[in-house]
Amino acid sequence: MEEKETKKFNIKLLITVIISLVVITTILAFLQRLVEPKYMDNSGEGSLIEEYYDNIEDHQIIIVGDCEVYENLVPPVLWEDYGYTSYIRGSAQQLIWQSYYLLEETYKYENPDVVIFNVLSMQYNEPQKEAYNRMTLDGMKWSSSKVGAIKASMMEDEQMIDYVFPILRYHSRITELKKDDITYFFDKPTVADNGYYMQVGIVPADYVPEGKPLGDYTFGDNAYYYLDAIREICEEHGSKLILVKAPSLYPKWHDEWDAQMVDYAAKYNLDYINFLEHTDEIGLDYNVDTYDAGLHLNVYGAEKLTRYLGEYLKENTDLEDLRSNEAVAEEYNQKLLEYRERLAKKEEERDAGK
Amino acid sequence: MEDLIEILEGIHPDVDYNTCESLIDDGILDSFDIVTLISEINQEFDVVISAEHIVPENFNSAKALYELIERLEEE
Amino acid sequence: MLFTSYSFLFFLILLFVIYYVFPSKAQWVILLIASLIFYALNSPVYLIFIGITILTTYGAGILLDNSFVKEKAYIKEHKETLSKEEKKAYKRANKTKRRWLFWSCLIFNFGILAVTKYTNFGISNINGIMKMFHSGTELQFVDLIIPLGISFYTFQSMGYLIDVSRDSVKAQRNIGKLALFVLFFPQLVQGPISRYGDLSTSLYEAHPFDINKFMRGIERIIWGFFKKLVIADRILPAVNTLKDSYETMDGFYVVLLGLFYALELYADFTGGIDITIGIAEALGIKVKENFIRPYFSKCIKEYWRRWHISLGAYFTEYLFYPVSVCKPMLDISKVARKILGEKIGKKVPVYLSTIIVWLITGIWHGAAWNFVVWGLGNCFFIMLSEELDPVYIWVKKKFKINESKYYYRAFQIIRTFILMCSLRMFDLYRNVPVTFKMLGTTVYKWNIASVLREGIWNLGLTGVDYVILIIGTIILFSVSMMSRRENMRDIIAKKGYVLRGVVYGVLFVCIILFGAYGIGYDASQFIYNQF
Repeated sequence: MEEKETKKFNIKLLITVIISLVVITTILAFLQRLVEPKYMDNSGEGSLIEEYYDNIEDHQIIIVGDCEVYENLVPPVLWEDYGYTSYIRGSAQQLIWQSYYLLEETYKYENPDVVIFNVLSMQYNEPQKEAYNRMTLDGMKWSSSKVGAIKASMMEDEQMIDYVFPILRYHSRITELKKDDITYFFDKPTVADNGYYMQVGIVPADYVPEGKPLGDYTFGDNAYYYLDAIREICEEHGSKLILVKAPSLYPKWHDEWDAQMVDYAAKYNLDYINFLEHTDEIGLDYNVDTYDAGLHLNVYGAEKLTRYLGEYLKENTDLEDLRSNEAVAEEYNQKLLEYRERLAKKEEERDAGK
Repeated sequence: MEDLIEILEGIHPDVDYNTCESLIDDGILDSFDIVTLISEINQEFDVVISAEHIVPENFNSAKALYELIERLEEE
Repeated sequence: MLFTSYSFLFFLILLFVIYYVFPSKAQWVILLIASLIFYALNSPVYLIFIGITILTTYGAGILLDNSFVKEKAYIKEHKETLSKEEKKAYKRANKTKRRWLFWSCLIFNFGILAVTKYTNFGISNINGIMKMFHSGTELQFVDLIIPLGISFYTFQSMGYLIDVSRDSVKAQRNIGKLALFVLFFPQLVQGPISRYGDLSTSLYEAHPFDINKFMRGIERIIWGFFKKLVIADRILPAVNTLKDSYETMDGFYVVLLGLFYALELYADFTGGIDITIGIAEALGIKVKENFIRPYFSKCIKEYWRRWHISLGAYFTEYLFYPVSVCKPMLDISKVARKILGEKIGKKVPVYLSTIIVWLITGIWHGAAWNFVVWGLGNCFFIMLSEELDPVYIWVKKKFKINESKYYYRAFQIIRTFILMCSLRMFDLYRNVPVTFKMLGTTVYKWNIASVLREGIWNLGLTGVDYVILIIGTIILFSVSMMSRRENMRDIIAKKGYVLRGVVYGVLFVCIILFGAYGIGYDASQFIYNQF
């Protein structure tokens, strides 16, 4: 009799434990969503990676890299003038292994004809900054690629579990919540146009600091390892890999670095375009085409660069002009429209701010 | 036995040592009292109570303590 | 591996699963392996030190025990033939042998402790003396590793040795079991210092899974983490700022430091012990309590019976008593009585032993002079209150103060609290003259208004931090108040499962949300891990 009672006792406790665990998990999931950075008005770049999942389709071109792609190339313009569909999987200070894993993940969804990689991140051989890691990796859906990317990216004081349960990383934000955290709790508008993050400001590049001379200009082994990996995965899927270097005046793209990329491209028979050598042909005017004095292009500069790239692709690849494909055209003309609207709105805001 | 009670009363006058059986457990005697007590007993009975004898069982009542003294006198 | 690291939590979960999946008889072996892994993960080199301590203690324990067994058997066998004198002589001869063995093992092990922890302290003192004599030579500091938890495990294993040498416990003949007693991981790095007789009963037993007991352990662990992560680690930056900028932060800042450190130390240390006892409880093992609401003590003597109980008991049992009742001390007492008279002479052994105990307690806390002064400070106030006892009685009589009235008790509690806070300043500033100076400024420098208006915003805490700390302190205080008659956890457990679920669920969520852990906070060790 007594034994039976203790057993009943235990079951009751067990049920309490299970119910408590479910309730606590729900509450924590809710709180986690609350404290996660929403990346809207402030550092909207953090939203770029996750926006891809709403835009999965067979793009002809996939572009990977850091701010030198997502602020410098405009997919809607590439459509408007050349009929190419493209998507930029870019993120702030995207490191080369992150580019690789993003590309690897993208191949699980689609098979692009052309892959463009911006080579600035070759300069980094190790993880750089936790905050940038999070902006790139948090947006990824869980997959072996995400795990690989996290493992390759973690700084010494970072832990995998902080990525599995972001609340462990962001809990301290509970004391500094902003309106955005409530507004965009469930849903948030897209911040980018197929991965292009628009900037409309105009700040002339009247002063460009001299780059610091380096002791050793050789790119690191780790960087080369992942460049090889990117090249190989493209080969495997029959995509043409094009290496580019955006026409940013700063950080300085050293001649020694450039030479290594030229060699690498020659060795593996790849295309490599250093846009810095073509600024006149592109028509860039650094007095009006950058929003931060030469680091990145604004939308006007980006459109020019995009058209130059489009021309290059037309001459050097056999990508099909899809403007005559009705289904695609309908979708992309809509995207183009949204892009134009965003541009008009941002210009208006800019002018009102002046 | 009377001598012992007298010593004990010298430390805490207001305890009935004939009946109390929880001098340690109730915290009536603290470590200072115990040491004073042992030194007094040494004076009075000429026995050495060493540290290993300081356990609650030996100090909880006057009776137990007296038994300990007798046992030590034997040896 | 810190208690507050993810890897430790992972280790713990894994252990719980393995511990209860395997047959109960193997549980102590699993614990031993887990403890070895825990220790080795911190640094495999340390295992050599703890291994030596285990081996010597094990060997000496068995030899001592054998000697007792042999002695008893011999006397029993020759009961008829031996005269009283012969019996005595035989016993004495054995005792001498045992004494040699016991002392060599004891000195050897405390020697390791002394060398690893106090060599540099010794060197700095020798250098100081040589400087006084204008000697140009200076000894180099040595770079010694201090094995993890060495103070705790040395004390614990030597406690066992003493108990065996007194024949009050039987020696452990299974070396694995003795190793587990010394290595038992939850208490290895910060105590409590368990006595063999207390811990061994439940340590080696089989513990079938009991969800009720297990959940109580988990609850206690959660409570410990709440204290450590939400309160102790959150206030830590303010404590560090206050003590590091002692040149500018004086007067009321010192008072603030005293209060903040009292909170931090309590939350940190008792939180750590809660985690330790909770882990043991979840494993079915009973570890003795180490704190009984110490800040409610009415005098320093009582405070030390309620704060870090296992250490105080250890020193009383194994140091204070042996020293104060040893033959030379009794002789001193006799001489003192003759010279100084009955009344004062009586107190000589007590006070002399107290001074020795506190000197060593001070040094145990840290190899530095500030800890010596801290220890002697405690000692001074304990003796002072003994001496002032007649004065108190007189005052109480004169002003008709009722001792049991709440206001008088409150006065005693606050007085003790202030005294303890002041003494801890030696621990904080780590410099004796500075500490005296800072304590002085609390009296003559009245900057309370400006500190409360502006100063508190320069300590590295934001408004939200203060709110969390205040609420946390209120929770701590209320729990202590409510636990006076019955343990808070028993009260909650009686109220039914729903309340239990809610309380511990809320605590858990609070830890996750408000805990000062992860990137952006400096991971901090438990304060007592350093000893």
